Amino acid sequence: MSLPRNTDYGTPARESEKEVTLSIDGIEVTVPAGTSVMRAAQECDASIPKLCATDSLEPFGSCRLCLVEIEGRRGYPASCTTLVEPGMQVRTQTPKLAEIRRGVMELYISDHPLDCLTCSANGNCELQDMTGVVGLREVRYGMKGKNHFDLLSALSKDESNPYFTYDPSKCIVCNRCVRACEETQGTFALTISGRGFDSRVSPGESQPFMESECVSCGACVQACPTATLMEKGVIEHGQAEKKVTTTCAYCGVGCSFDAEVKGTTVVRMVPNKDGGANHGHSCVKGRFAFGYATHPDRITTPMIRKSIEDAWQPVSWDEAIGYAASEFKRIQAKYGRDSIGGIVSSRCTNEEGYLVQKLVRAAFGNNNVDTCARVCHSPTGYGLKQTLGESAGTQTFDSVMKSDVIMVMGANPTDGHPVFGSQMKRRLRQGAKLIVVDPRAIDLVRSPHIQATHHLKLKPGSNVAIITAMAHVVVTEGLVQEDFVRERCEWVSFEQWRDFVSKPENSPEAMEIHTGVPAAEVRAAARLFATGGNAAIYYGLGVTEHSQGSTTVIGIANLAMATGNIGREGVGVNPLRGQNNVQGSCDMGSFPHELPGYRHVSDSATRALFKDAWGVEPQPEPGLRIPNMFEAAMEGSFMGLYCEGEDIVQSDPNTQHVEAALRAMECVVVQDLFLNETAKFAHVFLPGSSFLEKDGTFTNAERRISRVRKAMPPLAGKADWEVTCMLSNALGYPMDYTHPSEIMDEIARLTPTFHGVSYQHLDELGSIQWPCNEQAPEGTPIMHIDEFVRGKGRFMLTEYVPTEERTSSRFPLILTTGRILSQYNVGAQTRRTPNSMWHDEDRLEIHPTDAELRGINEGDWVGISSRAGETVLRAVVSERMQPGVVYTTFHFPESGANVITTDNSDWATNCPEYKVTAVQVTRVTQPSEWQQRYRDFTKQQLDLLPKSPREKV
Amino acid sequence: MDIQNLVKMANQIGQFFQSYPNHEEAVDGVAGHIQRFWEPRMRNAILAHAQSGGETGLLPLVVEALQRVHGTQQAA
Ligand code: SF4
Ligand code: SF4
Ligand code: SF4
Ligand code: FES
Repeated sequence: MSLPRNTDYGTPARESEKEVTLSIDGIEVTVPAGTSVMRAAQECDASIPKLCATDSLEPFGSCRLCLVEIEGRRGYPASCTTLVEPGMQVRTQTPKLAEIRRGVMELYISDHPLDCLTCSANGNCELQDMTGVVGLREVRYGMKGKNHFDLLSALSKDESNPYFTYDPSKCIVCNRCVRACEETQGTFALTISGRGFDSRVSPGESQPFMESECVSCGACVQACPTATLMEKGVIEHGQAEKKVTTTCAYCGVGCSFDAEVKGTTVVRMVPNKDGGANHGHSCVKGRFAFGYATHPDRITTPMIRKSIEDAWQPVSWDEAIGYAASEFKRIQAKYGRDSIGGIVSSRCTNEEGYLVQKLVRAAFGNNNVDTCARVCHSPTGYGLKQTLGESAGTQTFDSVMKSDVIMVMGANPTDGHPVFGSQMKRRLRQGAKLIVVDPRAIDLVRSPHIQATHHLKLKPGSNVAIITAMAHVVVTEGLVQEDFVRERCEWVSFEQWRDFVSKPENSPEAMEIHTGVPAAEVRAAARLFATGGNAAIYYGLGVTEHSQGSTTVIGIANLAMATGNIGREGVGVNPLRGQNNVQGSCDMGSFPHELPGYRHVSDSATRALFKDAWGVEPQPEPGLRIPNMFEAAMEGSFMGLYCEGEDIVQSDPNTQHVEAALRAMECVVVQDLFLNETAKFAHVFLPGSSFLEKDGTFTNAERRISRVRKAMPPLAGKADWEVTCMLSNALGYPMDYTHPSEIMDEIARLTPTFHGVSYQHLDELGSIQWPCNEQAPEGTPIMHIDEFVRGKGRFMLTEYVPTEERTSSRFPLILTTGRILSQYNVGAQTRRTPNSMWHDEDRLEIHPTDAELRGINEGDWVGISSRAGETVLRAVVSERMQPGVVYTTFHFPESGANVITTDNSDWATNCPEYKVTAVQVTRVTQPSEWQQRYRDFTKQQLDLLPKSPREKV
Repeated sequence: MDIQNLVKMANQIGQFFQSYPNHEEAVDGVAGHIQRFWEPRMRNAILAHAQSGGETGLLPLVVEALQRVHGTQQAA
């Protein structure tokens, strides 16, 4: 039995104030103007047969199966391309229509292999369905004529993509894949080549998929009504038996998926049409790269050891937990209460994050809890809280469809947030204007049917200079929305800011030496932003990961307030969050100075509230942030760490410093899927569970809380939240939750912005954007509508302070870092999937001029040295970089990208300055010293693993 | 705690608030930030450093702010 399919309305829903009433098969139906007859018919349950239409795509009108009769019209119009009109009388079933439809199907079937029984789409094929629906009983032309399947079965299938195949013999040339690639994904990789009988789908210039522009998003596979484009998972396992609606665990878009499951095997992931963030779209990571969950490298047995030189000893859960608890107690007795701490994972669920911070605050009795948001978006939290009053983005993703001007700063949505990137591209193709502020020519700058109006190709580290210079233009050219500012903002702070940005030293002309961007270009971009209609800012780690990261975030908020671009659809300040649950882990109080809901630990009323619920009062002083923990470890006052689902050794800057700090600690407990880089320095290893193995919630970059649902049992027998409970109990602080929904109920009770959230409410609504409470029972898609969360918006001054990380004759180039589509963050998951076929090593991008100067050719090994360390990568010579700037990704630990990044950090939050490191690049012949040590150490640590780590004790 | 690092961090905070024309606001900004975001170990280390006499490497604005932090701690 195959799974029931969702209703397909054939054409997309339309929005219109005007309603149209018509009659379909004698039944009256009212729909928005602009709706197709096909969709209107489906609204009243009269399904019209169709092949080339599907409701995720604009109608195409090619298959002629959907013909109807309309009173007063000649002929048989296609219902997918015919729009409703008032009083229309439509007939969808008549003998004549049945005859025509049978004829159409007959033609299709005469040119289609009849191997339905053994076809991978059997039971889930629209061609099969339609043949049944129209009642085709015989194929008069016989199956002997000139056909494609004989010709094409001789041609080989295209199996180059690791996740799906293309079998041209089954193609009915309905064009759905081509349209999906254009409309849904925006990549334009597919075309129909040839004409008439010879026409066929082809990627790029008749290349295999892997060699074409295809980014493997899977939209075409999902759109294909036949088995022509088919997931290899389905070919291998057959159709699934059940589906579980859950949320992607990769990036901050938070796409909703149906995990299709057979027994305990996930056959495929199908993006959910009702998903509020993705509306049925996905990227290569979420849709295809879930195989890591069952990778043989998973460690499913708890392990302990006295020292990191010792062999790991597999033990029972009780023994491992007991050992960890006794070590933590011993350390606290010896070095004091504040000598241990914990790290909350931004990949784990809200419930799990909440429990870890509760463990630290209630069972450890201190505030030494932090999260990897420290190293990515902590400046967002600080900057937006200070100016607007809430540490979160202001909009929904869908808001971009109402934007007229889109400014993308230090973000690369098509790679980092692909599904949102596709949506943004859709809006840009509709004509919205684009301003890109980035040192590198990201894909958006020029892609099919998109061209940025302005690309401010600034020098890394000069964000504040640019944003302040733009503000200068807005103020001095009289472009401030004064009514908005007067009504909504603190006037005194505005005046102060206005005087500050107006100073001549903040003009684009004066800033030019810092930014490298021609003043006229900055002026033009600022004018466009201020006067082009609804203007929205999207920004990413290229904004936050700087010594002035918080200042830039503040500058962005200032600019949005001054131009009145906040508090409605189409505008706003939108941080694109890196990991799936960065927003959530911050909401859950995983920063050392904040309790859940962003309430400072010094606030005694809030502490009293938690004391009431927890029986323990949280400490009133802020705890250590991750980099501070390392410093304290080196000094001997921080000796034990509980690290859940994070790989700080790989992800944090100045690797050698982090390693030294971990070596100095007496008990490091790592809870993870794999023996990650941090686990190599651990004394206790607790097996983690992937998102497929547990229940919970994630919160995406638009504050959308979505359910994560268990699709298979945890490989190691326990979900992460259960492990935290065990540890807490062993430490003497009882946690007796039986299901994550109870944890969410506690969060909701204690957090005003979550008062209305519960699993039941989430089931009812699908997902909820916080705040969700008495004032907003269904959640809050757009924030700050009538007033700012803090009351009046507050302008702050943004003086440009050049980073200390400056080029010199020893380190003449600037290294900046980023990410690519197929790999995710430290890569622990994606590296263990065929996604590595797109990117199997990190490389150094260098401009041809800089390369030539150093005698470097494409593919050469190059040494990159900074004040912190040295590593070796292979070179890619590319014009995407400006001269003087080199670029790399950081997905592979052996690349050691963070061996070279320094301790410099954001002034307000200690978020590391990943985006600017002064380096020298030279041709070399062998790996760096660090890399050689890394290899030896990795080999040594793998040898210390029990022979078969998956065996249970 | 590496004192040089703390000095650098404190000065970075000072540089942000330095541009405020109202001096009181600037001092309050720096003091408030250190009070709200620095763990006591870090705060005590920088206070001890500021009071150690000699060349501290701290911006004058930061020195003034630290006096305020010291005052608040005494009062508490
Ligand atoms: S997988 Fe995505 S990018 Fe590739 S051809 Fe299909 S729709 Fe286009
Ligand atoms: S590959 Fe599938 S979607 Fe594309 S034209 Fe052929 S049948 Fe239609
Ligand atoms: S990685 Fe991001 S964009 Fe891709 S499917 Fe997952 S949530 Fe969606
Ligand atoms: S469904 Fe309307 S023409 Fe194909």
